[in-house]
Amino acid sequence: MKILVCISNVPDTTTKITFTNDNTEFNTAGVQYIVNPYDEIALSKAIELTEGGKGTVTVINVGEASNDPTIRKALAIGADDAVRVNASPRDAYFVAKQIAEYAKDKDFNLILTGRESIDYNGNQVAAMVGEFLDIPSISIIKKLTVDGDTATLEREIEGGKEVVTVSGKFIASCAEGVAEPKIPNMRGIMSARTKPLNVVEAVAIDEVSKVTKYETPAPRGQVKLVPADQTAQLIDLLHSEAKVI
Amino acid sequence: MSVLVYVEQAEGKFKKSVFEAVSYAKAIADQQSTNLTAISIGNVEESELKALGKYGASKVLNVSADQLKTFVNQAYASVIANAAEKESADVVVLSNSFSGKGLAPRIAVKLKAGLADGAVELPSTDGKFSIKKTAFSGKAFAITELTSANKVIALNPNAFGVKENAADAAIENFTADVKQSDLGTVIKEIVRATDKVSLPDAELVVSAGRGLKGPENWGMIEELAGLLGAATACSKPVSDADWRPHSEHVGQTGISISPNLYIAIGISGAIQHLAGVSSSKVIVVINKDPEAPFFKVADYGIVGDAFEVVPKLIEALKAHKA
Repeated sequence: MKILVCISNVPDTTTKITFTNDNTEFNTAGVQYIVNPYDEIALSKAIELTEGGKGTVTVINVGEASNDPTIRKALAIGADDAVRVNASPRDAYFVAKQIAEYAKDKDFNLILTGRESIDYNGNQVAAMVGEFLDIPSISIIKKLTVDGDTATLEREIEGGKEVVTVSGKFIASCAEGVAEPKIPNMRGIMSARTKPLNVVEAVAIDEVSKVTKYETPAPRGQVKLVPADQTAQLIDLLHSEAKVI
Repeated sequence: MSVLVYVEQAEGKFKKSVFEAVSYAKAIADQQSTNLTAISIGNVEESELKALGKYGASKVLNVSADQLKTFVNQAYASVIANAAEKESADVVVLSNSFSGKGLAPRIAVKLKAGLADGAVELPSTDGKFSIKKTAFSGKAFAITELTSANKVIALNPNAFGVKENAADAAIENFTADVKQSDLGTVIKEIVRATDKVSLPDAELVVSAGRGLKGPENWGMIEELAGLLGAATACSKPVSDADWRPHSEHVGQTGISISPNLYIAIGISGAIQHLAGVSSSKVIVVINKDPEAPFFKVADYGIVGDAFEVVPKLIEALKAHKA
């Protein structure tokens, strides 16, 4: 089985998000970058499915050379090889098109992504790649089992889950529960240095969207503290002041 | 030019988030001095379809083909894109639900459209069609300009509110060709807890963390949520320890929510947790540590032990309801 895993290079989850240049650019000063946590789940699942010589895992990232340390981390976790599409990603549409262009003649049985990147939170790439390649896409899965040519997936829905089956090639975006994230061991880290990381050029596509400015949430006022034995007062405030109950 | 809104049904009914998406789409149609058409796929009774008029849909396309009774995003995207073309709709709106998230990107590619997902406001009227959307898991917003001719918007639940704006909805049957290759996924089973409020749509949420000490202590959390008609949620350490299911984990690597009221009990408020809940309208924090970072972003707080405060809160709520 040949699996392609799409990974995104994102700020570490503890990052305090700030912007520069009149709030038009993300402030990268002092920011640590990591493999997007959901993509790590997707990668861990792919490794699980191919362990013991049952297949290969390729990771793909759309980004500039500064992403290479993150890609090496994915190789250390256990991917066999990596591809970086050399471009500054504009939006999910652009990224999905690059991934689809790379994948279209490579005969991957399965493509996995994380449910969303923790920076732009789009959850767009998987379904867009599916559409560009004209293959089924299943978003936000919690479970995946593969039996020959048929896969069974559990997809999250409001207040429950949906179990679906799919045959042939497909792409899915993974949420928590699909696999336990794997931690790279020393052998993985050493071998990651010499595993292939191929760089390919991006294809040109028309722009469909761009971020023009960022905002941070408005700060809240001072917290109103209610004494622990005055719970009725809290209920009253929520009812008559905040008007939420 | 017109606006098309996809109205997602669950077991033949529309949820509040759908009426919200229709209200939002109607406001965009008004901005552009055009009409709003809704499209429903699956088995929905006429009276339910008619009700969409209350929120401003002047036409409802009803797709009831047998092979489309259950959700297949590939086929649904084909039908919706097809309807957008036939109706000359250049803006397609849908709810940013779990299904919406799998559907909107496919529609966007079919229509060569820019997609604003997680939209929280109406587009700007300065000719640029800029939309405010959530980014960095709730730590920020990105103002995204859709520069393509066609546009797709997925609206976050509870971001706009339901607004009545009555129109007389004309219902038309709509048929679209569906390719066999669009029906690649097959639903085997749908499991839905009908007695609980679904977390992403919930207006009120009661959430608890490690301060509860163990899964056996969740009874009072569920009782409080039940009394309020709220959904239950939890922090990451709690779902990691399997005290609660992953689907309840809110925060940066769980789900982001924006309810009207978020009550956090025994959660200290790590930056990753705050990211997922910071767009809640009102935040109440109950924690025995007065230094807990969560108090800095709360509207109301009680410094006290959850095991003493929550039962008293339940009593007070019962008294309030009586």
